[in-house]
Amino acid sequence: MLQAFIFYMFATVLVASAVMVVASRNPVHAVLFLILCFFNAAGLFLLMGAEFIAFILVIVYVGAVAVLFLFVVMMLDINFVDLRKGFRRYLPIGLAVGLILLVQLALVVSSWAYNPSSLSNTPILNSPDVDNTRAIGRVLYTTYLYPFQVSGLILLVAMIGAIVLTLRHKPDVRRQRSSQQLDRQIDQVMDVRKIEPGQGVNL
Amino acid sequence: MSDGTITIGLGHFLIVAAILFTIGVLGIFINRKNVIVILMSIELMLLAVNINFVAFSVFQHNLLGQVFSMIVLTVAAAEAAIGLAILVVYFRNRGSIAVEDINLMKG
Repeated sequence: MLQAFIFYMFATVLVASAVMVVASRNPVHAVLFLILCFFNAAGLFLLMGAEFIAFILVIVYVGAVAVLFLFVVMMLDINFVDLRKGFRRYLPIGLAVGLILLVQLALVVSSWAYNPSSLSNTPILNSPDVDNTRAIGRVLYTTYLYPFQVSGLILLVAMIGAIVLTLRHKPDVRRQRSSQQLDRQIDQVMDVRKIEPGQGVNL
Repeated sequence: MSDGTITIGLGHFLIVAAILFTIGVLGIFINRKNVIVILMSIELMLLAVNINFVAFSVFQHNLLGQVFSMIVLTVAAAEAAIGLAILVVYFRNRGSIAVEDINLMKG
């Protein structure tokens, strides 16, 4: 009974905050509702017993992705009123497509029966001696090593791509070029002159 | 079920994920002009997919779903970073993030 209560609480807040993400006027509020959404999804994962994914979700999404969104939303000076002009116009077709999709997905879920031998009705994944994180760690670095490495490669490519895209050199800003500094010869930059006493020097 | 308690099964989680996915699609449709909200809707859809993966993984007692969910998380983070970087560059060049002008990006 308590489990059902917790499930319905998390699920309700999750769906409500997801609605607020797509419907809120202010994108900053939308990002904050997205954070709430991720927290509630993490709660659902905890309820299922997938603790590692739950905490990764909080760390990666709330700690990195949502902060990135917040940063971009606040950094760009955008007139968001103009961007909401098509809201009324696209609402009916959006609702129609969403309703059709939801009915289809509900049909998929409901017209589908469990095979009792392959699927247990109890979400107990963890044996008492091996917790969820340890179990994932045991397979992640052995059985699924190559997918893990490929995901690291994806992150590397994304990092390089983001840096290459956003790096810019302003022409009027002086930058330090070490190669140019090191290439300088002494006779290009220094002029040694003998100065007689009592005479000025003509540079 | 018989003693009056409600058991939260796989179907419950799948229904929640389906609703979440639909909200994500709806968000893409009704926020056609706002790229930031479109990116957030894509994050919502990926979250729904993650819920499906983890639910099946937990109820089938197979860890592959959770491992794959981590990979989906990685791809989602990379996608958000690249998308926002493109957005920043686009805003720097155009002064707005209107999606209808965005096909100017093709050379």
